[in-house]
Amino acid sequence: MKRHLGFWLAAGWAAVLVLPWHIGGFWPVFWPGAQQNGPSAGDGMPALIQGLLLGRPWLLASVLPLLAALAGLRAKGGAKGGADGRARSAWLTAAGAGGLGWLLVESLAVTQPGLGLGAAAYALACLVLGAHGLALRGWCKGDVFIVASIGLVLGSILVFVGFPVVTILLSAVQGDDGRLTVAGLFDKLTDSGIWGLGCVLGTGSTCGVAWNTLALAGVVGVLTTGTGLAFALIAVRTGFRFKAALRLASILPVITPPFVIGLAIILLFGRAGVVTDLLSTLFDIPRSRWIYGMPGVVMAQILAFTPISFLVLVGVLQGVSPTLEEASQTLRATPWITFRTVTLPLIRPGLANAFLISFIESLADFGNPLVLGGNFDVLSTKIFYAVVGAAHDQGRAAVLAIILLSFTLSAFLAQRRWLGRRSYTTVAGKGDAGLPSPLPSGVRIAASAVAALWTGLTVLVYGTILVGGFLKSLGRDNTLTLIHYQTAFGIETGPNGWWFSGSAWDSLFTTLGVSLVAMPLTAALGLLTAYLLVRQSFVGRGAFEFLTMLSFAIPGTVIGVSYILAFNTPPLELTGTGLILIIAFVFRNMPVGIRAGIATLSQIDKSLDEASLTLGARSFTTLRRVILPLLRPAIVTAMVYSFVRAITSVSAVIFLVTAKYNLATAYIVGRAEVGEYGLAIAYSSALIAIMVVALLAIQLLVGERRLGRRTAALPVSTSASKVNA
Amino acid sequence: MTHIRTLSSGTTTLEPAPAVAPAAARARPAVEFRSVVKRYGAFTAVHELDFSIEAGTLVTLLGPSGCGKTTTLRMIAGLEQASSGTILIGGENVTARSAAERDVSMVFQSYALFPHMTILDNVAYGLTVGGMAKRAALEAARDKLALVGLAGLEGRLPSELSGGQQQRVAVARAIVLEPRVLLFDEPLSNLDAKMRRQVREDIRQLQQTLKLTVVYVTHDQEEALAVSDRIIVMAGGKIAQDGTPRDLYQRPASRFIADFIGDANIVPALLEGRDGALGRVRVGMATLTLPHRDLADGPVELAVRPNAIRLTPGHDAGQDANADAAGGLPGRVHFAAYLGDHMEYEVAVALGGREVMLFARTPDVDAPLSVGDAVSVGFVPRGVTIVPP
Repeated sequence: MKRHLGFWLAAGWAAVLVLPWHIGGFWPVFWPGAQQNGPSAGDGMPALIQGLLLGRPWLLASVLPLLAALAGLRAKGGAKGGADGRARSAWLTAAGAGGLGWLLVESLAVTQPGLGLGAAAYALACLVLGAHGLALRGWCKGDVFIVASIGLVLGSILVFVGFPVVTILLSAVQGDDGRLTVAGLFDKLTDSGIWGLGCVLGTGSTCGVAWNTLALAGVVGVLTTGTGLAFALIAVRTGFRFKAALRLASILPVITPPFVIGLAIILLFGRAGVVTDLLSTLFDIPRSRWIYGMPGVVMAQILAFTPISFLVLVGVLQGVSPTLEEASQTLRATPWITFRTVTLPLIRPGLANAFLISFIESLADFGNPLVLGGNFDVLSTKIFYAVVGAAHDQGRAAVLAIILLSFTLSAFLAQRRWLGRRSYTTVAGKGDAGLPSPLPSGVRIAASAVAALWTGLTVLVYGTILVGGFLKSLGRDNTLTLIHYQTAFGIETGPNGWWFSGSAWDSLFTTLGVSLVAMPLTAALGLLTAYLLVRQSFVGRGAFEFLTMLSFAIPGTVIGVSYILAFNTPPLELTGTGLILIIAFVFRNMPVGIRAGIATLSQIDKSLDEASLTLGARSFTTLRRVILPLLRPAIVTAMVYSFVRAITSVSAVIFLVTAKYNLATAYIVGRAEVGEYGLAIAYSSALIAIMVVALLAIQLLVGERRLGRRTAALPVSTSASKVNA
Repeated sequence: MTHIRTLSSGTTTLEPAPAVAPAAARARPAVEFRSVVKRYGAFTAVHELDFSIEAGTLVTLLGPSGCGKTTTLRMIAGLEQASSGTILIGGENVTARSAAERDVSMVFQSYALFPHMTILDNVAYGLTVGGMAKRAALEAARDKLALVGLAGLEGRLPSELSGGQQQRVAVARAIVLEPRVLLFDEPLSNLDAKMRRQVREDIRQLQQTLKLTVVYVTHDQEEALAVSDRIIVMAGGKIAQDGTPRDLYQRPASRFIADFIGDANIVPALLEGRDGALGRVRVGMATLTLPHRDLADGPVELAVRPNAIRLTPGHDAGQDANADAAGGLPGRVHFAAYLGDHMEYEVAVALGGREVMLFARTPDVDAPLSVGDAVSVGFVPRGVTIVPP
């Protein structure tokens, strides 16, 4: 324990003495002439140099907590719980609290450049020192690693999720003059542009953007649940032979950037689209712009979200015990009555769940309304235009973001509170030998029709994406060409050798780099959080769980706006850097890691941890040697999803990209907006291909868990035969 | 960081274990609970528990589910923290120490073998995380596996072993650390009936050969009687009775113990007078002479073991019960079952103005009674004890 303490104390001193405290002009900046190199050069100096030489005396206070920690280290360690241990604990706790508290006050109260590497390292060192102090007091059964992890996860969520959300709330109540006005907020929140009912009452042509958003989400929620149910019924309750294909199709939305389906729909059903063309030549149906607006967005979102609701409902349907249906049949019920009175009521909570999930997805979707919306505004696009449009009204963006956030949070809370414990479909340990009853023929036909329609459209859409990139201009000039790929991914040889001349290379390299850096961080943070939630009990665990789950519900657009509001000025000045993209990805995708971790951890018998503990291993050793090897599937899932979601993400990052750090999705959306559809879908299909390769590579790299089976005792007979063999 | 464990360097023989603790500590109880309480929110799982366990003995915590026995075991291990009170292991106060810092190891109900490690790595795990060199640890692990009869299977994964073999790996993994106290949490519950008898004999033999201190949790009274030096029966988070198996069976402290340890019919009776240690007990019209156990004269209850009931056929229920010379009670067979080597009956007897159903077991299978037969019910004093009402 003393060795660890020494290390973290040294890290604290290094943060103050060596590392650049603020974001500075130079790296490394320990350089005598640095001051002459511009006004910001000195900012890169360590805190102590700045405090002594550069007229920032308040920075000198940073050494006090470190001195306190030193005193704690020199206090006799003694047995835990002894009087000496108490003295050390007090010193260390004071050091941790003092250091973090000082950093918070200092960075918020004094106008100075943004905090840099030194400040970050200092905060981490203080956190761990304080955790040592609390663990000595017996927190978390005296486990330093657990206390420090809780502090780290909680602190980073507060800084990178809590702080931006609070900032957005504050900026909404800020008047134009910068003062806080609550009265103005009420007017802004109830603005007729948001809540107007013109289209229904006949007083105007359009409805408020909030009603648009809710209507869209409601319609999409219902239709998506229906389509998902149709597929789930086919997969679980019929002799359908291509179930593997269904599973394969369900990963499509994961690897498809969200707006790509919208793009394909324009190319198919737009005024000059392929299908429109066909209809007008064959049947003389006039060309129109009907697809732009709610119909198009609904269509794109159904295509995109059906697989999600399918996955939810397949699980639920499989959980319905066939014995119940057999019981109904032996009581003389026909298949239709059984379906209506037994099966449907049993899966009702699952249907509600699927609805709410699609509802939230639709609320948060940004890409499809952006490319297909036309004059049909929803909150997420309205937020975007408020920030980047001519109005450039961040206050209005904040107000809209608050409304959107309240919608998603309400739906999310409803899903958790109302449905959390309502499930009739538990899989018991008992064997259930019954056979599910056949679907009533009406239901079967309806499900097949819906599924066929969806499948047809999906094939059409992905066909368009894959083929369209190789055509000069899909629909207008169908000559085969590689021109789009050449423009995007050209490599030329020039006087300086080979160079990447394609216009897409920059954004592709940034995307891959940022995603690859974010991937392990996301997985590590998510799985650590899952471990704390599933395996540790500590005061405030419920609140901790709630806070981490909340970040599930924050739409990307809201994250994007809140990040530019929160991190545009010191103390955390991050906008315009690649770092903010990484941070946005980590905290946006962390919930996926948490979910994967929780699902896998709750399948791993807790007595394995306990066995390791009673054998003398501390929790960190247990985590490393027992839990992590068994968590491999969750690690794969978390890494794959964080990588893929980082690549396909558009809503959050479209606010954060710069000319220097542009991302693939933002680039594609930009191309699509100016009508370069060929280039946009060529780049999109390249992205999809990259993600498929990445999926396979990660799977190979991390590998399968060494055994699929857990510790449960085997039947004696099977093992005996193995022993004899 | 202090290492509490004394790891003797991988000696493995069948001789008594090397002195695990200094001689001075030997005299102290291996485990001691002083007013230990465990609360979960408003619910108290364990009330003010006091007991001590001598080194080298096998003590069983026995009780119905929810009685607090597993919680008590987990508090010894350090997997649960006591809400108040003091826990000593080998005379040292370990109340605030984590599981990793206590000189105990545990065999889990599910065995908790690490599924991603071979059984050799499983057994060596405790030694390697304790800082022993890998080679020496594997050597010691190999010896312990041989000790439990699994030589040659070192490279297997746990899932490739039978339930009984997995159980032995779990035992080897626990004893390789030569802990001061070895804990067993319902170790037989995942085995089939035949294996159970075998494994419990193995555990008892190992404990006696290696002179281990063992705390054993089970809800099965027969298992507890078979393996224990001493049994602590728990109910509702308290100790109901603490004694040797013979004590518990022959002198149950309460009606609960009498019924829980072996079957017993609880019969109302009247203690009417005494002569030395023996008292006169009247059951209906019959009179028995039994140790009075210092209870006052007046109403008491009798615990009657099923095989202490003698059924004599032919008694006519209509006849006056007083006439029966053997002091039997008139009864009628209500239910009969043939179980191969014995018969089981339920007999309805009128006692104290109400009908009492007695459960009887008789070895006579050749001349069984039938349902509806009138019988005379007698008691064999050896199988009857007075319990405090």
